[in-house]
Amino acid sequence: MSDVVEKTLTALPSLLSLDSQPGSAKLSSSSKLGALIRGITELTSKHEEEKLVQHELASLKDQVSSPNISMRQMKEAMVRAIYCEMLGYEASFSYIHAIKLAQQGSILDKRVGYLAVCLFLNENHELLLLLVNTVLKDLQSTNLIEVCMALTVVSQMFPKDMIPAILPLVEEKLNHSKEIIRRKAVLALYKFYLIAPNQVQHIHNKFRKALCDKDPGVMFASLHIYLQMIKDNPEGYKDLTASFVTILKQVVSGKLPMDFNYHSVPAPWLQIQLLRILSILGKNDQMSSEIMYDVLDESLKRAEINHNITYAILYECVKCIYTIYPNSDLLEKAAKCIGNFVISSKINLKYLGLKALTFVIQQDPKLALQHQMTIIECLDHPDIIIKRETLELLFRITNAQNVTVIVEKMLEFLHQSKDDHSTIDLVGKVAEIAEKYAPENKWFIETMNTVFSLGGDMIQPDIPNSFLKLLSEGFDSEEENQKLRLFAVDSYISLLEGEIKKLPQRFLQVISWVLGEYSHLRTDLDSARVITLLAKLLDMKQMSGETKTWVLMAMTKLCSGESSISIAQSVCDDYSSSMDTVLRQRAHELQLLSQDSALRGQLLTLHSGSEPLEVDSSLSFLDAFVSEALAAGAAPYKPPHQRQEELAQEKALSLEPYELSLPINMSSSSLTGRQSPTLMSVSSGLSGDSTELSLKGNTTILKLEGVKRVWGKEGYLSRKDPLEEVIQVENPSSPSQPTGTGGTPSDTPTPSATPEPEHGKQQLASSLFIGLGSQTSVFLMGKSDPTAQRIRRKVKTPNSSMAVTERGSVSSTSSAVDNLLCNNIPESANMVQEVTYETPPPYKTELDARLNEDLIDSTPSPVQSNGVETTSDKTESEITDKPRDECSSISLPAKLSGLPHSEVTSLCSNQTVELSACHVEKHDYVLLVIFISNSSDSDMENIHLQVISEQLEVSLLCESPLQDIAKHSMAVCQYLLNVRRPVVHFEVVGMLSYQTSSENQEVEFSYKLPLTSFVRPLEVSTEQYGTMWLAFSNDTKQNLALVTDGQDPLTDTLDLLKKKLGLHVVEIIGVEGIVACRLVQDQPCLLHCRVHGRTLAVWLRSPIPELPDCLLYHCQRVLEET
Amino acid sequence: MQFMLLFSRQGKLRLQKWYVPLSDKEKKKITRELVQTVLARKPKMCSFLEWRDLKIVYKRYASLYFCCAIEGQDNELITLEIIHRYVELLDKYFGSVCELDVIFNFEKAYFILDEFLLGGEAQETSKKNVLKAIEQADLLQESEDWGSLQSDEIL
Repeated sequence: MSDVVEKTLTALPSLLSLDSQPGSAKLSSSSKLGALIRGITELTSKHEEEKLVQHELASLKDQVSSPNISMRQMKEAMVRAIYCEMLGYEASFSYIHAIKLAQQGSILDKRVGYLAVCLFLNENHELLLLLVNTVLKDLQSTNLIEVCMALTVVSQMFPKDMIPAILPLVEEKLNHSKEIIRRKAVLALYKFYLIAPNQVQHIHNKFRKALCDKDPGVMFASLHIYLQMIKDNPEGYKDLTASFVTILKQVVSGKLPMDFNYHSVPAPWLQIQLLRILSILGKNDQMSSEIMYDVLDESLKRAEINHNITYAILYECVKCIYTIYPNSDLLEKAAKCIGNFVISSKINLKYLGLKALTFVIQQDPKLALQHQMTIIECLDHPDIIIKRETLELLFRITNAQNVTVIVEKMLEFLHQSKDDHSTIDLVGKVAEIAEKYAPENKWFIETMNTVFSLGGDMIQPDIPNSFLKLLSEGFDSEEENQKLRLFAVDSYISLLEGEIKKLPQRFLQVISWVLGEYSHLRTDLDSARVITLLAKLLDMKQMSGETKTWVLMAMTKLCSGESSISIAQSVCDDYSSSMDTVLRQRAHELQLLSQDSALRGQLLTLHSGSEPLEVDSSLSFLDAFVSEALAAGAAPYKPPHQRQEELAQEKALSLEPYELSLPINMSSSSLTGRQSPTLMSVSSGLSGDSTELSLKGNTTILKLEGVKRVWGKEGYLSRKDPLEEVIQVENPSSPSQPTGTGGTPSDTPTPSATPEPEHGKQQLASSLFIGLGSQTSVFLMGKSDPTAQRIRRKVKTPNSSMAVTERGSVSSTSSAVDNLLCNNIPESANMVQEVTYETPPPYKTELDARLNEDLIDSTPSPVQSNGVETTSDKTESEITDKPRDECSSISLPAKLSGLPHSEVTSLCSNQTVELSACHVEKHDYVLLVIFISNSSDSDMENIHLQVISEQLEVSLLCESPLQDIAKHSMAVCQYLLNVRRPVVHFEVVGMLSYQTSSENQEVEFSYKLPLTSFVRPLEVSTEQYGTMWLAFSNDTKQNLALVTDGQDPLTDTLDLLKKKLGLHVVEIIGVEGIVACRLVQDQPCLLHCRVHGRTLAVWLRSPIPELPDCLLYHCQRVLEET
Repeated sequence: MQFMLLFSRQGKLRLQKWYVPLSDKEKKKITRELVQTVLARKPKMCSFLEWRDLKIVYKRYASLYFCCAIEGQDNELITLEIIHRYVELLDKYFGSVCELDVIFNFEKAYFILDEFLLGGEAQETSKKNVLKAIEQADLLQESEDWGSLQSDEIL
């Protein structure tokens, strides 16, 4: 097909004579644009071009601002302005004229005007507001073309705040008689859904109508919305699965009009969109997946023609098959398909094959074995993109036996790569697998040295941090720790003695810290020698201030002995008057401590214990200072959002009168102490107390934020840490994953310790793919590695994550040291992946204790002390015949049944086991109750249940793990849920593995809970509300529907919200009301409501960024349901 | 899709369509880097690139490079076919399209693109329907002299 356009244009000078060609014939030879383009192509230098374009722009500017210009001339000028912008010259003067053209021009001029607007502005540009009226007018036009143009521009960009103005008109177009209008309206709504999902919630039913539209184009457009909505909430659309399958069946069997064929393949875009939707719907859902098997099989069969488009469909099919609940027949076909991709001679297919292989390899590592020779060839492919993708694949199959070879390949690539983005990415991956699977200390340190050298200063900051953390916290054996540290010290000393100019700053910081902390381990090493080496670093020109600080700190730790002190003194002389305050402070500390060895000994003991630092997060020790300053007339502290508000007040143009209501009054009055007659009681209460109260408010702010964000009750981020550590120490031979039979014994040196690629590809293959495939069960590669890992972190006490901080600190009063290190400690919460069953988190909170009291002390309750219960038999037929009905017969443990709880829903089932669950809302937490019923004739053994969630903290509520369930009986597991990150619907996913008749089995499931299950009333007084309001910085505003059938719409509406969502109505005054709630774990959210005509303007604020939006969603739902 | 760029073998930009809001400075930087990277690739190499956190899908037709940026989980092959379908549309509209048609009538090329892709998603995949929509708008153009005359009279 490309032959048709294969007409090269070689001689540019001949441009002038090309007027007779079909394309350019449409252009009048006298046109100014034509002249401009020709003029530019004749030029030879960039400089000349610039001159010409600037000249052109100047004349354009004159032309467009002349009052006599006709719209037709304006259109012509706009086209030239677009051209100039495309060349890279700014023509911002024309933006406003583009809007004018769209507004005033005749249809054709308008078309260019709209085009220019789309090209010039982006959706955040303020001029876009001026387009709203034009769009509004054109949407109401009787001329189809005008309506089309308006919808086209709206689908590309529209100011978010103005959506309500045009929404009814766009919605109306869904019923238009012309399919092109309906199609564009659907796409406009799709755009709205993307930028403001709350706004289009009420039209979801109409989307269903669009999905059933008789025109395939409209139906196709609606799939964009559905894909997005299903991504956001798969549970909500399960009922459509069958419809999507039917549509796909019709498409595949060629029922659509021929127009939609592309290279004789029926509607490929439609097919791919449907396959994507199905893969989301079928994920973790056996019932939905089963509906799809037939059509997927059919799609695979039909895709026969040797054309890109067929491969595109096949690729999407394969992805879908591997995402949904597995079907062995389909998996086999998909695997064959991937094989064809990988061995294809077409490079694009090969690439996609590798990509697909990377995707599926986690489930089926044997596939990698089948293609090992191809993979090896791809490693040496001349195209760097193929190489890169191959490394990605190898990264996924890394284990303790092949890690050295894979890391070597990756480093090889890094040496050649010039692209920053892929360097950073790959360096991170090398560090990750090196830390996870390092076979020995020497290798680990050397690999990390290369990582730091190659990664340079672009390296992700968490790599050096977790490396230092690993060194300081160590592993299970103290002896190993010392060996590793010693090795690091030796390696760094020899590095510093060599070429130091090329070492990146971050690496130097790591080196300084390690030498400062551990060089004393090498007893034959004179500290003066280390200090001399460090001092040499300070003389380097390219050293950053930050690195110098690290070096000075290391020196402070090391300086003892006369020669050291004299070097330290000369360094101090250089830096004690530095302009960099941090550096200056370090220099002074060094000076002081090097002279006073007694004090130094006291502060820096070599083996400092790990008692945590006590940090007063409320900064209360500053209270006296603050009140003194206030008394002396200093302005009280204002949080940033408040300052912004005051700034906003000064702005001339305010679109929402609402913005100036309650909180601003409150803040201004509380700051100035003036009484304002218009204030409602909340604010007058505040204003009376003037500055004293505002000061009190500010201390609350500090406390709240300090506690929430950085320090938990037990220390730095302690709540999350233990979970992470559980993963690190997960026993490689857990019951569900029997120790691999094919792996070499753990401590045998890997056969590929020093692999030589020239020994042949075959050998490389054997070293790369070692440890794959011999395991029988399907598992995630990294987890069930049979060999013991050398480098593994020990179980941490909640405080151990502070180790770096403690050891790094030079003196307890110099909090700057702590800050420096503290800021760099990675948020370990991100790494939390799963909570394993066998090792309950080693921390105990007050809450836990209370819980256990609640549950355990109930002796007559069927719940036994381990939270596992065994109950009556059930006949097999009862269970298998009516899985849904069966749920209702499951009852909660007596202790819980009195509490508000959801209905028991079935999660999944197979021949042996049936899983169902419900959640119970308690005052301080939500309890997830999972019922496992064994409906088979044999016992279930070695039961292993994992429950995880991205947005929730999940912890098991019992000490001894669930082991066996006898035939026809049931067990109950309870999990404690707490919010980690608010979302509209939380998802908990889990996997149950067990053995029946010594056969391993697994089932996966997922469970959804709305945010509302976690919402509790927050009982505060109006005054408390006032102070809290000022302290919270994340807010959202929205107009909601009022409940209008009663006497007092505001009270009715708030009562409804109170009833349905469990909010606390603090006070209602006239047309305003204030409402407060919290998530179970004390994460507050405040609502300020005000009646505006027939709507309720709601303003939400919370310290948690995601909370206001999520809560708003539920408020809206509640009010719309009535 | 995040954006689409058309540029010549000499690295001159012929068409740019951005579906994500970016500042002009970023756009220029991205364009410059991408044009360089794509032009440096050899003919037999893979049509896909990993670039920053995006996937770039490009294809050369005669002297013009068509280049699309998509997200990681998108389907590269179908994007390649989107490019091809766009070329087919241009070809049908201009009658054997060449780079000159795109240079001198770039606004038309934009109109066609807007009928085919809207807000970064395929809007209409039937070639006939896209061309019909464009023709209808163009028909108005021919009677446009009329239209403007009339509106002048009313004013």
